[in-house]
Amino acid sequence: MRRLLLTLALLLSGLNAQAQQPTLNIYNWADYMDPYAIERFQRETGIRVRYDVYDTLETLEGKLSAGRSGYDIVVPTSEPAFNRLVRAGALRPLDRARLPNAANLDPALMARIASVDPENRHGVIYLWGTVGLGMNAARIRELAPDAPLDSLDLLLNPEHARRIARCGIAVMDSAVDVLPSVLRHLGRHPDSTAQADIDAAQRALLAIRPFLRSIPSPPAIIDALAAGEICLAFSYSGDVIQATARAREARRAHEVTYVMPREGAQLWFDMMAIPADAPNPDAAHAFINFILQPDVMAGITRQVRYPNAVPASRALLPPDVANDPSVFPPAEALALSFVAGTPAQAGERARARLWARFKAGR
Amino acid sequence: MIRAGAWLALLLLVAAPLVIVLGMGFGTSAPGVPPVIPPIGRAGWQGSLEAWALLFADTYYLDAALRSLRLAAITAGLCLVLGFGMALGIASAAPRWQAPLLALVLLPFWSGFVLRLAAWVGLLRDGGWVNSVLLQAGLISEPLPLLYSEGAMLLGMVHGYLPFAVLPLTATLARRDLRLEEAAADLGAGRWTVFLTITLPLAAPAAGAAFLLVFIPAAGEVVIPEVLGAPDSVLFGRAIWGEFFQTRDWPAAAVLSTALLALLLVPIALYQRLSVAR
Repeated sequence: MRRLLLTLALLLSGLNAQAQQPTLNIYNWADYMDPYAIERFQRETGIRVRYDVYDTLETLEGKLSAGRSGYDIVVPTSEPAFNRLVRAGALRPLDRARLPNAANLDPALMARIASVDPENRHGVIYLWGTVGLGMNAARIRELAPDAPLDSLDLLLNPEHARRIARCGIAVMDSAVDVLPSVLRHLGRHPDSTAQADIDAAQRALLAIRPFLRSIPSPPAIIDALAAGEICLAFSYSGDVIQATARAREARRAHEVTYVMPREGAQLWFDMMAIPADAPNPDAAHAFINFILQPDVMAGITRQVRYPNAVPASRALLPPDVANDPSVFPPAEALALSFVAGTPAQAGERARARLWARFKAGR
Repeated sequence: MIRAGAWLALLLLVAAPLVIVLGMGFGTSAPGVPPVIPPIGRAGWQGSLEAWALLFADTYYLDAALRSLRLAAITAGLCLVLGFGMALGIASAAPRWQAPLLALVLLPFWSGFVLRLAAWVGLLRDGGWVNSVLLQAGLISEPLPLLYSEGAMLLGMVHGYLPFAVLPLTATLARRDLRLEEAAADLGAGRWTVFLTITLPLAAPAAGAAFLLVFIPAAGEVVIPEVLGAPDSVLFGRAIWGEFFQTRDWPAAAVLSTALLALLLVPIALYQRLSVAR
């Protein structure tokens, strides 16, 4: 009996010691971190990390707008989530004095965020990327020899989609990252929520709907592309490049490539930020400062194949990643790219309904 | 003392949340944490009927409600039929077998809900167990599209809610007076006649309760259709989810929840009326 009590006491004291050790609660996109970076941060700072993931912005925003989410670090996309969270006062202004490594950030990229977050007070760029086409080009060539491989026409022209459907087409289940490109392809404003534009986008999407095998969550597209279950996908750049790497590792016969549409791709930035009511803002600042080191950032880009905003990290990357134009888009492609805006609530409802009809196919 | 406790529990757990949800429906959506301006502020009444207007602006939510009620009715009906058979079986088993059989009904509840749904995904998907076996046996040449269909959704719903039907039915059937059935049999009634004229009427109140216990949660179900169902039509639970997460319009989500509650009060009231009449 006494032994049991002793063990219990020891266990309790152990729990106690753990409770006193500072913890940092991170809430990030799924498949979006270098595990070694977390390990190193814990070792260097003695701060324990609890890591949690989401795969849609809705989940993140839902939790943050209810308040007291308990997270110290969140990674919302610049538009629409970060923009809305800044306006809602849901994010804590960053203390620049505690972020000396913020000097490593590319000022030109950070300036692109200033339109939604004046003076970049609430967030720093974690990673960024584009939205475009992932494909098995050889297979598409066989089925549709005359289709342009570098244009959204490949996907949105029902004549092309009909022929490619045989080897599998998927569009990621993310209205905010698909609709702007579709609207722009139709010659409309990418942020428009005017009924005529919504209707046009709906017609275009429903026209190709019969030829889509699935509308999966973005992580599922990585698997499907790598396994060769689909030959054309509309998805995030880094996800496609991860699929390329996986297909190569598995010695698959097919090659997955990422193509930015020549009309100009949607560009997005994921921002590291601290919720206004974060329990441990000190640890959060320490984490952001840690991540902004060139070698840490290089490790993350190498792992997830998304470019970062710390230019000094590029020299530390293996050449096949550093020189991959799909990872780091060339300047001329970037000049053509566009950043989607944040629609008002009524517009958002119209877009959500459009998306539901698209998924339903009617 | 106990009575006061019961009232307090009702007040805290039923009345207060209800009043909050009802009140939220009259609020105004605005950026902030939380993203809503309450209907009553320092200056007094500042609410609006905007969210209520949305409910009737078009048939979107009405259609979703009808789809949900239909799905809930089918689910509850299937659970009732299956559950009645299971309950009758358990109630007719030897007393020492009744507890173990009932435990078998409840055993799946010991594993996580989402885990059980994920198991169905694993069984039903194109490369899943069911399709593999059928392919190997040469019964089919292409995988059947089992997952993400109305059938898969109903399977998940019935699987998830079946115990809610089995439990009240078993309790009633195990306590029924067997002498009535024996008397009917002695007087020359066949097995079907005994079942239809004696067993079924005796179990009717429990069957009504079983139906409602499944019907009510099934009408607002959001997870099972999302994981197993086809993405073809928005159900009411999903519509509430959308207002809360996608448009972050809490007043609209509150109005939809209130509307669902009002819809579900109809069958409950009907059941009450019928039981009193009896």
